[in-house]
Amino acid sequence: MSLPDPDLTQRSHAALENRVLQGALKAATATFIERRREAITSVSDWEALRQRARQVKEHTINNLDYYLERLVEKVQAHGGTVHWARTGDDVSRYIIELARARGVKSVVKSKSMATEEIELNHALEAADVRPVETDLGEYIIQLAQEKPSHIIVPAIHKTRAQISDLFEEKLREGRPNEVAEITAMARKRLRNEFLSAGMGITGANFAIAESGTIVLVENEGNIRLSTQVPKIQVAVVGIEKVIPRFEDLSVFLRLLPRSGTGQKQTAYVSFLNGPRQAAPESGFEFHLVLMDNGRTRILADEQLRESLYCIRCGACLNVCPVYQKIGGQAYGWIYPGPIGAVISPQLQSLKQSGDLPFASSLCGACRTACPVDINLPDLLLALRAKSKESGSGKLSERAAMRTFAFTARRPWLFTLAGRMMRVFARLLTREGKIKSAPMAPLSDWTQYRDLPAPTGRSFRERWKKDRHE
Amino acid sequence: MRVSLFITCLVDQLFPDVGEAMVATLRRLGLEVSFNDAQTCCGQVAFNTGYRPEARAMAEHFVRVFESDLADFIVVPSGSCTAMVRNYYGELFHGPDDGEWRERLTRVRSRLREFSEFIVNDLGVENVGARFPARVTYHDACHLLRELGISDQPRRLIRAVRDVDFVEMESPDTCCGFGGTFSVKYGEISNAILQEKLARISSSGVEYVVANDSSCLMQIAGGLSRAGSAVKTMHLAELLAKQ
Repeated sequence: MSLPDPDLTQRSHAALENRVLQGALKAATATFIERRREAITSVSDWEALRQRARQVKEHTINNLDYYLERLVEKVQAHGGTVHWARTGDDVSRYIIELARARGVKSVVKSKSMATEEIELNHALEAADVRPVETDLGEYIIQLAQEKPSHIIVPAIHKTRAQISDLFEEKLREGRPNEVAEITAMARKRLRNEFLSAGMGITGANFAIAESGTIVLVENEGNIRLSTQVPKIQVAVVGIEKVIPRFEDLSVFLRLLPRSGTGQKQTAYVSFLNGPRQAAPESGFEFHLVLMDNGRTRILADEQLRESLYCIRCGACLNVCPVYQKIGGQAYGWIYPGPIGAVISPQLQSLKQSGDLPFASSLCGACRTACPVDINLPDLLLALRAKSKESGSGKLSERAAMRTFAFTARRPWLFTLAGRMMRVFARLLTREGKIKSAPMAPLSDWTQYRDLPAPTGRSFRERWKKDRHE
Repeated sequence: MRVSLFITCLVDQLFPDVGEAMVATLRRLGLEVSFNDAQTCCGQVAFNTGYRPEARAMAEHFVRVFESDLADFIVVPSGSCTAMVRNYYGELFHGPDDGEWRERLTRVRSRLREFSEFIVNDLGVENVGARFPARVTYHDACHLLRELGISDQPRRLIRAVRDVDFVEMESPDTCCGFGGTFSVKYGEISNAILQEKLARISSSGVEYVVANDSSCLMQIAGGLSRAGSAVKTMHLAELLAKQ
């Protein structure tokens, strides 16, 4: 796999130049927006429902230690094993040791952003345990050796023709042309994998504290199979996934499918309550791996804590004008779109992905679409401020902002600076427009757009003149 | 009734016609209009780029200028700058010692109105006596729409203009791609978003695009001009001043 370009501008340039990708993104995001719009009309008071969800999340995140402990007690009471993992490496190590101890050679995986986040597949492969993704989109991504480009539709950037080519090349069973042929080919392959796998690994959409239940939402039935066929079951769950009660689940099960795929409900909802048979001699095991991997750091920040309310529906991606144009892979890590621009710099570091919060027009469509009303624009702004506090950014920009603030507190200087700016701008004016400029940031503007020709006098100058006449 | 104008730095420096159109419209409605020339900029550029101490300095200046103003309302020709003061200034005065600043801010903020919101909600007027025989569409500026919840008022005002042929474009509520410093930091992405907007404007078959934010209009006009389009942009205040 080739390494992504380290620079967001260059990554997005590549995406914008890719016409196939542009077509795929436009069609897919438009479809999801329309389906969501349609689906939420079937809820009588959508706004009340999302505010209820927000309250539940806020309460749970503020009392996370309490609910995690209840969850753990219940899972253990059902005969499950719980492992607390501080880092992604801790998760991988635990699973690899478990696989080795049980002689597991291959595992079937259901779609899980948590395991994508920690690159579990790489760790498993390095330990000679073969991971097989069983969600069709993830299976495609695994065959292509790429990273997902959407939280719920990992292969959203691929066209059917590209997938046909990929299957022909990798599976060597001819070229599937129709969607039905593609799915049939994947199904045939995956069926054998389900039957031979020694372990099933899932993520979780929700973990219910009062009952110790892991809830998984899907459409393909692959999660049902990966949790029912192998004897050893592992759920890798970010600590923010816990909700207090079954009653709360009804709120989220109405919000999630409508926001994500635009469905009233998904084809399958699976509930896991520990091993299928509790007796140790049965050979059935259930392991809950509770993953921190930077989440407690987010939790510690009162303003940014809200980032943990996310239920990973992907609605903010679909409505985001930036995501619609550059797609998921340009974001450089596995969480794209507005929520990615918020959590990536926190889970990784500002140094690694601190440019993401700036790659937004702050249009706010994400917040409107969010089923838990996360104030994404505000979080992006908070991260921008943190980034500048940490001293990042060009010195010229910092100097310009300081000068601007200094000027803006002195009206006489502001008037003078404005006059000088307009004189300068007039020098660049040709036929009533500025079409090119010698230096940034003006040239960054005129590379794509014209600037209006400056007028002779500012409003304040005109006002003063009118007064005196 | 007396109104004081917060003209915004962009309108002041680049689009003074918008400010004059606002004055003309408000005077036609019988209001006494004043302009305090100690005003400069709300500080949104600094705030949105992450420079909070600089933004705070500008916010203090804004509060000082307008608290001394005795007008009934402070009217702004921009949803974005109104949203900055109304929704985000609080974050700049959130320190434990900022209690007094918060009170001063609240007093100023309670009188702050975006232009279309002021005419429709506070004055209860929709027909301002304007006439403009042309086909126009309306672009929902993001902050006006989603930060302030204003979408109906500008449309009512436009529809009430005599001889105007108002048509909605497809998805009027999607971003034009401006986004402040985003438009130059990520110019290529900003432009790609703009091109989507321009395509929808073009297919609506209008002569004019109207919006309430000169920043969006600068982006849209810049794109239209570069593409050699005949479609023109117009601030709502300019439309309402036409007779």
